[in-house]
Amino acid sequence: MAMQITPEEAVKKIKNKSSVMIGGFLGAAVPLVMIDKMVAEKIKDLTVISIGAGYRGGGVDIGKLVLNRQIAKYITAHVGTDPNLIKQIVNQEIELELSPMGTFVERVRAGGAGLGAVVTPVGIGTEVEDMAEKIIIDEKEYLLFKPIHADVAIIKAFRSDSLGNLQYKGMSNTNPIMATAADIVIAEVDEIVEVGEINCEAIGTPGIFVDYIVQGHTYEERKEIYEALWISTNKL
Amino acid sequence: MPKNYIAKRIAKEFKDGMYVNLGIGIPTESANYIPEGTHVYLQTENGGLMFGPKPQRGESNPDIANAGAEPITMLPGGAVFDVATSFAMIRGGHIDMTVVGALEVDQEGSIASWKIPGKLLTGMGGAMDLLYGCKEVIVAMTHTDKYGKAKIRKKCTLPLTAAGVADLIITDKAVFRVNKDGLYLEELAPGVTASEVKQLTEAEIVNIKEWE
Repeated sequence: MAMQITPEEAVKKIKNKSSVMIGGFLGAAVPLVMIDKMVAEKIKDLTVISIGAGYRGGGVDIGKLVLNRQIAKYITAHVGTDPNLIKQIVNQEIELELSPMGTFVERVRAGGAGLGAVVTPVGIGTEVEDMAEKIIIDEKEYLLFKPIHADVAIIKAFRSDSLGNLQYKGMSNTNPIMATAADIVIAEVDEIVEVGEINCEAIGTPGIFVDYIVQGHTYEERKEIYEALWISTNKL
Repeated sequence: MPKNYIAKRIAKEFKDGMYVNLGIGIPTESANYIPEGTHVYLQTENGGLMFGPKPQRGESNPDIANAGAEPITMLPGGAVFDVATSFAMIRGGHIDMTVVGALEVDQEGSIASWKIPGKLLTGMGGAMDLLYGCKEVIVAMTHTDKYGKAKIRKKCTLPLTAAGVADLIITDKAVFRVNKDGLYLEELAPGVTASEVKQLTEAEIVNIKEWE
């Protein structure tokens, strides 16, 4: 069963040097409030695990952790949206671990599903061969990657009931996968409702995976935040 | 050169009922020129199938976005899902066609698009999965780089995104088919001559004599 706590309490679960999975996709459906709290708490030397960097241009969502120099290692598939992050990687302030996006996702899934490895043909014939072990199955070459598991996952969902059952809105992207792959899972949601209000068929992540629920921005607040961001960057 | 020539030319490759993933930039623009009566189901790797144009201001949904986190709309019949499902579609061979940009492509169909050692570091993102898994791969790009250097090469010089995967190359000068035995010129852009294409292409063009 999940426990509802404040963002201030939730951020205490993340220590210096923790590995932290952050749900979302290049800025969309990210846990904005929890990221702001991590920035305010100045938690240092983090290993951040996210499918890509923050919103294009940097300095937004995960980009705030970059600007605040809180990241020691970054495990991802794509850093191209954040010039500040690239600069810190080039200056060797941040260690980078890359894998192809589909491989990254399966590594997280394997980490949450008790699997020992991901075996994929993607990357054969490229530099990715140097990032993994090559194995042959039925005369075909594959790359073997290790699973990814984190100390803490902070994910974003639309709403939660008090059991931690999560419902998503729009693209759930990496959130349901990351919800399975950390010792402590903190779900930031737009609203928290009574048990029974989310129909069982609408539950995207069953509460068994969720440890803590945090009230984030409401849906209307997020809509305002994203409209302003999209308008200011000529995307809307 | 007619405006948006490459994007318009890509759109001629769309066939009714295709599931397609379009890369950012020119490939995405091609969605504006899908021929009337042709239904193409667009997939976005962050977790959407059958998305439509961007919404009006005030009508966006913070959780409905494309792979660049830009607002989009979902069409009736569209679906949203997580990224593992998305890459099962991509890597599992369920997407008919992908159109991608590239820094270089070679006569063996290898594509370089994710890294320039010492200069450009973005990470490969979903490109490697798309190029591996999609049934048909179209490379759409300018024929030469900003210094006028050939981007269609005998052998890619930059780190590969995928080896031997390109089927069709569409540039502002020409269209090429990549066959097992090499590169075939299929079409010249309006006002472009075969000798100009030959001069701007480092790769060998198997059938260039037929055009000269």
